[in-house]
Amino acid sequence: MLVYYLILSFLIGAITLLNRNRTISIILLALFLTLQTGLTVYGYLHLSQEDSGYFTFDATGIIFLCVLTILSYTTIWHSYKYLQYRKDDERIQSMYFAALIGLILSMSCAYLASHIAVMWAFIEATTLCVAVLIYHERTNLALEATWKYIFICSVGIAMAFVGIIFLSKAIQEAGSVNLSFSAISHNIKYVNVFWLKYAFLFMVVGFSTKMGLFPMHTICVDAHTVAPPPISAFISTTLMNVGFVAIFRTYSLMAHTAIQPWMNQILLWSGLLSIFISAVYLLKVNHFKRMNAYSSLEHMGLAAIGLACGGIGYFAAIFHLILHSFVKASAFYQIDQVHRTYHTYIISKTGNYFNKNITGALVMLLVFISITAFPPSGMFITEIWIFKSLFASSNFLVLILVLLFLAMIIYSLGRNFFGLLFNQVKDTPEIKVKIHPSETISQYVLLLLVIYLGLNPPEEMIRLIQEAVKNL
Amino acid sequence: MTNILLIAFTISLIYLGVANRLSSYLTTLVFQGIILFGVAFIELIEINWLNLTFVLLETIAFKTIAVPYFLNYIIKKNKITRDTEPFLPDIVSVILITSIILGSFLISNSVNDSGLRKIFFVVAISALFTGLYIIISRKKIITHIMGYMVMENGVFILSIAVGNKMPMLVNAGIILDIFVSVLVLGMFVNKIGNTFEEMDVDNLMNLKD
Repeated sequence: MLVYYLILSFLIGAITLLNRNRTISIILLALFLTLQTGLTVYGYLHLSQEDSGYFTFDATGIIFLCVLTILSYTTIWHSYKYLQYRKDDERIQSMYFAALIGLILSMSCAYLASHIAVMWAFIEATTLCVAVLIYHERTNLALEATWKYIFICSVGIAMAFVGIIFLSKAIQEAGSVNLSFSAISHNIKYVNVFWLKYAFLFMVVGFSTKMGLFPMHTICVDAHTVAPPPISAFISTTLMNVGFVAIFRTYSLMAHTAIQPWMNQILLWSGLLSIFISAVYLLKVNHFKRMNAYSSLEHMGLAAIGLACGGIGYFAAIFHLILHSFVKASAFYQIDQVHRTYHTYIISKTGNYFNKNITGALVMLLVFISITAFPPSGMFITEIWIFKSLFASSNFLVLILVLLFLAMIIYSLGRNFFGLLFNQVKDTPEIKVKIHPSETISQYVLLLLVIYLGLNPPEEMIRLIQEAVKNL
Repeated sequence: MTNILLIAFTISLIYLGVANRLSSYLTTLVFQGIILFGVAFIELIEINWLNLTFVLLETIAFKTIAVPYFLNYIIKKNKITRDTEPFLPDIVSVILITSIILGSFLISNSVNDSGLRKIFFVVAISALFTGLYIIISRKKIITHIMGYMVMENGVFILSIAVGNKMPMLVNAGIILDIFVSVLVLGMFVNKIGNTFEEMDVDNLMNLKD
């Protein structure tokens, strides 16, 4: 099935790239979305079955694939609106949609890959596609961000490759040359611990370029600043999930070896430092997209800490990322409307949003409540679980620090969000094109989904997450 | 023979610390490409011939000829001055690169593993970190690319060390190499060169809080 999916979506992408007609482009995108949904449903029905040699529909992959498919609908819809507003010429639009299809395709394959080198290759492919999208506005700043993104991601990807080579060296000594996840986990008990340590270190540093964790977080923040808002929504959610899946799979591979305490320490400190950096930078940030990028950094840090602490933390980390994806995506879709209202992303130049666009302002209010994890947001529960796992693993100092930083983050986010909603500013620009309230429907749906999933998580989802973490 | 080649490779790393001109960097890259050709030929002779041809072609045609030629073209086209403009004095660079090599020696000695061929490990890790060092200590964007190429050479040596039994990894490394080089160089030729007149990192400081 996956081979057909790959070929078909590749074809759709290629035709989109060449096509200049608007109607055909809409048909192609609808076709692609159908295909994407088809893959997700097929994968769900064939849970834990191998496919096409290098892929498996396992629980981890399916969970994040579902999130991706849901967000593909909204992102394509908002991209369409965004391009309509910008009135770019058709060649650039086709390029945008072709790159978007390529990005969704390579992320799906990266989630489902069951072979470490295949996963790595598709993660590399995401860099290429997302670079085209970051550069979409074709300004000097966009060029700078794209250059940094490509360059640092390439360095990160090379690092991750070195990690894979170390791992393969270790596996070779155990008498195997098979690098699929199942074969590695079968042989990993017999290998030299030294190689595993270095393999994990290099892979975490490399994949954290995608996940946006502490040592390599800067490029993600820069990329958010210039990317079109619907693409920022993708970079901040599904692409970060790609990095998480890569780190999570590496972690689960090595979880039952002697290096587990060491891995936990690395993830714990990396997560804590991410939250620290985000708390500090949020105090002085004055750009909407950077603010949300730092907020994503914080949530990735929380997920890493959940992974490091174990117990309920594993479950909470995955659940947290699912909810974060929905909230952050709606935040970025709404930021596009804010930009259309004020023609700027600078926070101090905006204000009184309730009078300008009431439906959008309500979305922003809900986003604030959800992102800072106040009830009834589902993230309230997952954060409690993460704190609980910190407590259970006796990391009291880290727990106190995290709570302190989170308090700082809530303060800064509150100041900025409420500034946008209620500040009385003069001479804001006239709104040229009135934003239709129907454009906010997707955001309400996503935010209500977050509340619903927190209050009443479906049986199926819980079973999937438990299946994903059962080997840990 | 492999040992001699790899030692020559390491010496070229130290040379990068003192080299002051872009053209010396280019020559060093060419030199390293030729060495990698030799190492790959000796080490991978047992794998099937199609794969071997692919690997050898990559080292000789891509690493030794195409990339340096392209870099040279960029330098000429954008009239980049020939100085590498390091942030630190040469003597510090040499000391740091030497300590990187020494550090990799110490790490490899701490490995308790009879199956390890230490020289590959030492040279590869040194090249990796020397490349990183060049990236962070030079001012021009084009030297960043050259630093990245040195890093890639390190990764390539490492993949050769395991490549006998897993040719797939060598191929993956090569694809990484080609893919990134084409992307990065292509972007450089078309965009960066036309947009920024002085091609150094000061132009890349506009994105901040």
